[in-house]
Amino acid sequence: MNTSRYWSGLILALLITGAAVGLAILSNKAHAGPAEDQKGLEIAQEIDRRDLGFGDSKTEMEMILTNRTGESSTRKLRLETLEVPDSEEGDKSLTIFDHPRDIKGTAFLSFTKILEPDDQWLYLPALKRVKRISSANKSGPFVGSEFAYEDLTSFEVAKYSYTWLRDEPCGEMDCFVIERIPQYERSGYSKQIAWVDAAEYRIVKVDFYDRKDTLLKTLESSEWQQYLDQYWRPHRMHMVNHQTGKETTLTFQPYQFREGVNEANFNQSRLARLR
Amino acid sequence: MKPISIKAVSRGCANGVVATVVLAVVAFSTNRALAQDPLEIFGAEAEFAGSTSAELRFFPESPQFTDQDDRKLELSVAIEPEFRLFWDRERLTFIPFFRYDPADHEGRTHGDIRELSLYVERDDWDVTAGIGKVFWGVAESRHLVDIINQADLVENSDEEDKLGQPMVNLNLLRDWGTLGVFVLPGFRERTFPGDEARLRGPLPVDTDRPIYESAAEEHHVDAALRYKQVIGDFDLGLSYFHGTSREPELVQSIGSDGRPVLRPRYEIIDQVGLDVQATMDAWLWKLEAIHRSGAGDPFAAAVGGFEYTLFGVSDSAADLGLLAEYHYDGRGDDAPATIFDNDIFLGTRLALNDTDATEFLAGVIVDQREGEVLALLEAERRITERWFAEVEARFFFNADRGTSAVQDDGHVLLRISRYF
Repeated sequence: MNTSRYWSGLILALLITGAAVGLAILSNKAHAGPAEDQKGLEIAQEIDRRDLGFGDSKTEMEMILTNRTGESSTRKLRLETLEVPDSEEGDKSLTIFDHPRDIKGTAFLSFTKILEPDDQWLYLPALKRVKRISSANKSGPFVGSEFAYEDLTSFEVAKYSYTWLRDEPCGEMDCFVIERIPQYERSGYSKQIAWVDAAEYRIVKVDFYDRKDTLLKTLESSEWQQYLDQYWRPHRMHMVNHQTGKETTLTFQPYQFREGVNEANFNQSRLARLR
Repeated sequence: MKPISIKAVSRGCANGVVATVVLAVVAFSTNRALAQDPLEIFGAEAEFAGSTSAELRFFPESPQFTDQDDRKLELSVAIEPEFRLFWDRERLTFIPFFRYDPADHEGRTHGDIRELSLYVERDDWDVTAGIGKVFWGVAESRHLVDIINQADLVENSDEEDKLGQPMVNLNLLRDWGTLGVFVLPGFRERTFPGDEARLRGPLPVDTDRPIYESAAEEHHVDAALRYKQVIGDFDLGLSYFHGTSREPELVQSIGSDGRPVLRPRYEIIDQVGLDVQATMDAWLWKLEAIHRSGAGDPFAAAVGGFEYTLFGVSDSAADLGLLAEYHYDGRGDDAPATIFDNDIFLGTRLALNDTDATEFLAGVIVDQREGEVLALLEAERRITERWFAEVEARFFFNADRGTSAVQDDGHVLLRISRYF
């Protein structure tokens, strides 16, 4: 038996293990110290706290889908949101399509949950059929757009884990930059980097990284308006897919808060009879 | 396969083209007139929408019966405008429908009022009065529980097109669920293809001379109850129906011209229905079951299975659905015949989730005992924001008792719709 080769092998193994442990400690320190995690969580909690108590809201949205060659198509839909005061449950939302005409009257009802799968129903007007659908489709495109279903569900703190990365200027504002990692199943993202305006706690920009940790999409929200002296809403959201070159722009009509939303409409039985 | 008769094709096409042009002109001109800002009528917001479509059906084989027309290509057109008046929580809806099919003047060329109703809604109740349409159930390959509306069979042999049903429907929305009460004055007879048309029964159906069990005939007032509740992952429906069966028994008789015909006979039935769907992650588990008495010996029937979806299949945006359903039907020979006595449906659905909403559905229904097979393929996509295209193919193999009359009526259909 060749003892010197045995020893050199053992030393090499120890060196590699040591280096790996050292790297792990270093990278751990660089990314996720408990203080940074706490600060990230506190920012998220503040975003959530500032949006509490809005009650309900209603708006109309136009969605413009553009492909790499510049061809575009349009969707028009109405959105109604009902806040659920219980913090263990997410909000309820109702989406009704007006355009294109072949999907006119199609309605989508969603009860957001925190970590459990959402409850979702779809109404198909041609058959007059209300169908409970699987909400496992988190990462799929919403009506062929660059927005995935998971990008459009209501923001709930416990859906992600957070790390504060740094503070930096963003445009004319100062921003917190936080990393959030989806804690719910079937997300299409390994992580998201969000820029949060430090004055008003508005999420002005998000970078989405795919499951292979490559930059996939960037969302920029602008044309902010404040309602009821508290609630900020963007009236333009622009999503770019860096991997396909496709873009989707959402533009919103002014929101109506606490008027005109009928709680009874958030019922599967009513879905077939909405206008 | 015989050569296609050019004369028959051109005759059918010429008629169809004329009708299409007329319908298209009507649709486009009305659309232009009403395209402006919302119209106000009686303090209500008026809305005009709808669609026209042209449908081309191709039958590769010659028909089985000598009195059927041997055309390989049939072009028909349809129009379905939608008029609505919206008040705050009330609504008036009018949806007429008309199809012109030069290949079937007595059957497929027909009109119907799909909807003409007043809807009134409050927080915990709503009422629909007039002619309307409702859908019950969860299964994909057979709609066993769905009983309110009569099938408009000439539209599509899959029985998914329905005739408008006169009704007063009250729904109560409560914490314990939604309870629907239906009073249905007036019965709609099932439509059947004409004597010379494709996809008809072994003998012509004499729709002018239906037989009713009830002395009130088609004026019998039917009634139904519907209960719906969502309990966690389960969507549950219970229903009860008393009235004229939507499914007729076809009875051999002699027509006015002395030739053998089938007369539809509609019995008074009692039917209890159950439909359940369990939604668990990417799995949808489905069951529909009925018990019917009044038409022959009492019997039970069921359809159950699953729909499983692979979301974002092989790293694309597309979803691939896998469907399987088993059919059981315990009816005897004294009840209206069904092809779903002991069958298995296997299907797959591919949704590309692209901007044109491209979707495919392929499936087979296989009879366990006789080995009959119905194969179907459906594809659809948006062409522009107002135009939509659909292709459907339906073929019958190993035809036996259930499908022998239509075994040569396998066909491919192309439908182009224009929404306005």
